[in-house]
Formats: sequence, C-alpha cells, structure tokens
Amino acid sequence: MSWPALYNQLVGANRHSTSLGKIWLSVLFIFRVMVLVVAAESVWGDEQSDFTCNTLQPGCENVCYDQFFPVSHIRLWCLQLVFVSTPTLMVAMYVAYRNHRDKKRLLQGSGRAGFLSNKGQDGELETLKKRRLPIAGALWWTYACSLVFRLLFEGGFMYALYAVYDGFQMPRLVQCDQWPCPNLVDCFISRPTEKTIFTVFMATASSICMVLNMAELAYLVAKAITR
Amino acid sequence: MYCDSSDPPDPPKKQDPEPKMNWASFYAVISGVNRHSTGIGRIWLSVLFIFRILVLVVAAESVWGDEKSGFTCNTQQPGCNSVCYDHFFPISHIRLWALQLILVSTPALLVAMHVAHRRHVDKRLYKLSGRSNPKDLEQIKTQKMKITGALWWTYVISLVFRIIFEVTFMYVFYMIYPGYKMIRLVKCDSYPCPNTVDCFVSRPTEKTVFTVFMLAVSGVCILLNIAEVVFLVGKACSKHLNNAGDSTMGAWIQQKLCSY
Repeated sequence: MSWPALYNQLVGANRHSTSLGKIWLSVLFIFRVMVLVVAAESVWGDEQSDFTCNTLQPGCENVCYDQFFPVSHIRLWCLQLVFVSTPTLMVAMYVAYRNHRDKKRLLQGSGRAGFLSNKGQDGELETLKKRRLPIAGALWWTYACSLVFRLLFEGGFMYALYAVYDGFQMPRLVQCDQWPCPNLVDCFISRPTEKTIFTVFMATASSICMVLNMAELAYLVAKAITR
Repeated sequence: MYCDSSDPPDPPKKQDPEPKMNWASFYAVISGVNRHSTGIGRIWLSVLFIFRILVLVVAAESVWGDEKSGFTCNTQQPGCNSVCYDHFFPISHIRLWALQLILVSTPALLVAMHVAHRRHVDKRLYKLSGRSNPKDLEQIKTQKMKITGALWWTYVISLVFRIIFEVTFMYVFYMIYPGYKMIRLVKCDSYPCPNTVDCFVSRPTEKTVFTVFMLAVSGVCILLNIAEVVFLVGKACSKHLNNAGDSTMGAWIQQKLCSY
C-alpha cells in the first residue's frame, strides 16, 4: 500500500464528486503528496542524525531530540493526508451499496417479468455500473458528512502541528537540560530555514484545501436549498 | 517513509523507488494533456520530462545528496556546521527545482479541466438532441478539441502562468544564490562558531555544472512557451483576417495592413 495505490482508490471515488471535489483531489495529490514525497522527506531525512548537542554526554542528544520533536512533521503530514483522504471512501462505499441494491432489484424484477432477454439485462447492468449518481437524498447527506469530516481532520491536524511545535517556525537552536545532560546544553537543529519554508508551504496548501472544502459544502447546501 | 533515524549519513543517495514512482504518476497525469496541445507544447513537455525531471532524478539528486554531510567547517565546535550550512543554504537547489517543476507543470491541468468540462457539456447536448448512441458518446471522448474560443483563452492563460512561474523561480534562485557559480569556500561566524571559520562546500564544480545546465534548459522552456504564445496569437489573428468579410475587426486590420 503506497501513495499511488491511495491515488487509484480516490480517483475511482472521484466520479461522483462535484467539480470542486475534483480540483481538491488534484491539489491534494500534486501540491501535498507529491511535494511531501519528492521534496519534504529529503529535508527531514537527517533530522535525528544531524541533531547535534554541545556535549559529549551519551544519551543527551537522544533525550533532547525526543523532548523537542515528539512526532516528526513528516509523520504528522502523512497521517493528515491519510485521514483527510478517507472520508471520500465513505462516499465510494455508499455508491457501491446503492449499485448493489439496484442490481439486486433489477435482477429480481427481470426474473419476475421474465421477458427481458439476456443481452438487455447485461446492457442494463452495464449502465448501472457506469452511471453517475446525482448528489441528492442520502448521497447528499453522505457527501456533506464526508466534507465535514475532511474539514475537521484538516483543522485538527493543523492545530496539532501548531501546538506541538509552537508555531510554524523551526528555531536553529534549542536549549535542553533533561537528564542525563550535565547542565543546560545548546542543541542545533539541522536545516531549520528549509524546514520552515516547507512547513509554511504545507500549511498554505492545507488552508487552500480547507477553503475548497468549505466552498464545496456551501455549494451543496445552496443546491439543496434551491431544490 | 523514513522511520529509521539511524540511516547512513546521506539518505537521499539511496535509490528509493517511491519518488520515481511519483514523478512517473505525475508524468501520467500531465501527459494526458498532451493530446490537446500544439506541436510546440508537445516539444515543451518532452524537454520538461527528459532534460529536467529525468536529469533531476537520475543525476542532480545524487550530486546534492551529501550536501549537508559533506559540508565541513574548520572547527570542532558542535553545532557550528549545522548553523553555517543553514545560513548559506536556506533552501537546497534540488528542492527549489522540484517545486519549480511541479508549479510549472500544473497550468496544463487548467487546460485538461476545461476540455473535460467541454466534453461534459457536449455529452449533455447530444443527449438532449436525442443522439444518446454509445458510439456517439465514445466519439466525444476521443475527438481532439480544436484550440478555439474559450479553450484558446484558457490555453494562452496557462502558457502565461507557466512563463510567470518559470521567471519567478529563476529570479528567486538568483536572489538566494547570487551568481550561478557554487563557491568552494564560505566564511561563517554565526553563533556558536567561536570566530570566523572556513567552511567547505562539497562538489562545488559539479554543482555549478548542473546549475548552469538546469538554468539553460529553463531558459529553453521559457523560449518554447513564448514561441507557443506567439504561434497561437498569430493563428487567431490570421483566422480573423480570413473571416474579414464577417468581422469588422478583421476588415479594419486588413485595411491598415493594405495601407502599408
């Protein structure tokens, strides 16, 4: 299971999205997953091996690294992307359930009537599989719920990142006096500027995705009201 | 995903299939737009993928792979290396190029979205006019859209955005790293370095060669984009001139040209 596999899953569910949903998916995969994999992971690659403290005391570096980086940015972003993508699968599951139910009804109906030829039935089943369901009724509620969950997850993870790292800026120097460090030692973080740039970039992309989700929700609500 | 932090000192060097797989899936997404591009657009796409993305992935990434571990300062003061590296390299060339390539390729998706929208509209029209024959609907999917009308504007706007992004990144590059040459030695005195220490950059000549190469190809791509804009504008103008009988604008242009 990897990012391309997730992409394939989501693209399948994409057929029943609105246009804003399709734009959201492109922004997610191009500006967040791609940037994470091709750029951000190499910036954070040496985050622990290049975390240096001004002491020879064994264990001090490990302990200080652990104190200042309880969860790495990369892992937080991976989790965020996975959680944010999953509500779409709710919609895909509902569509699959609807198709299954309609297929059963079709087969039962043709069985009772008995006059539909095999070819006609296959044609009907094919249109059932390929059709695009209008976003109304229970599908509307499922879709709106998935959008709300997406927004909650995005907001939650952005807040978690902000809270754990006290803002989006990465300092060059942190001071640490955890045992076994002998006294207050200076510890230096590797590539802080590059990390700040990427943190700000990912936070911006996250906000754009949130704005797209809110716009989509507003559009759905407006569509339902006019109906 | 990097879960083991006791990796060897230069992790980017190892041939991780994940980034290649993602540039490959990126290629699949972008090359889908190719069908609706002009000839120059297809050349641009090939130049982008062969001379920029491929070179980045197979060559440049290994040159910059040990940029931090190979950056050595003439001091044993812990932290001085990190701080001096951060001072002179706020963002690595490789990351700048990766972001540039991603941003420069995305305007093409505007065109893809427009084409998908037009197809959707055409499908609806066909269905309303009663021609919901699956053969006709298939034809809509496979026919090549002509670059006229609103699609022309979308295409030209996407080209303009491409040029803007390319130029912006070249400017950012120049601002962060004035001069395209990579220096061998930098002098640094940020805390905690005890005094002005000499720091040595790893593989400066090789980095200069690749920087010049990537910038040259960037320049070539900008020229291709400008040529494509000129071609599209020229094509639109000549179409208006040919329809001079129908449009007053065309007649006016023709009159002006004839007066010379």
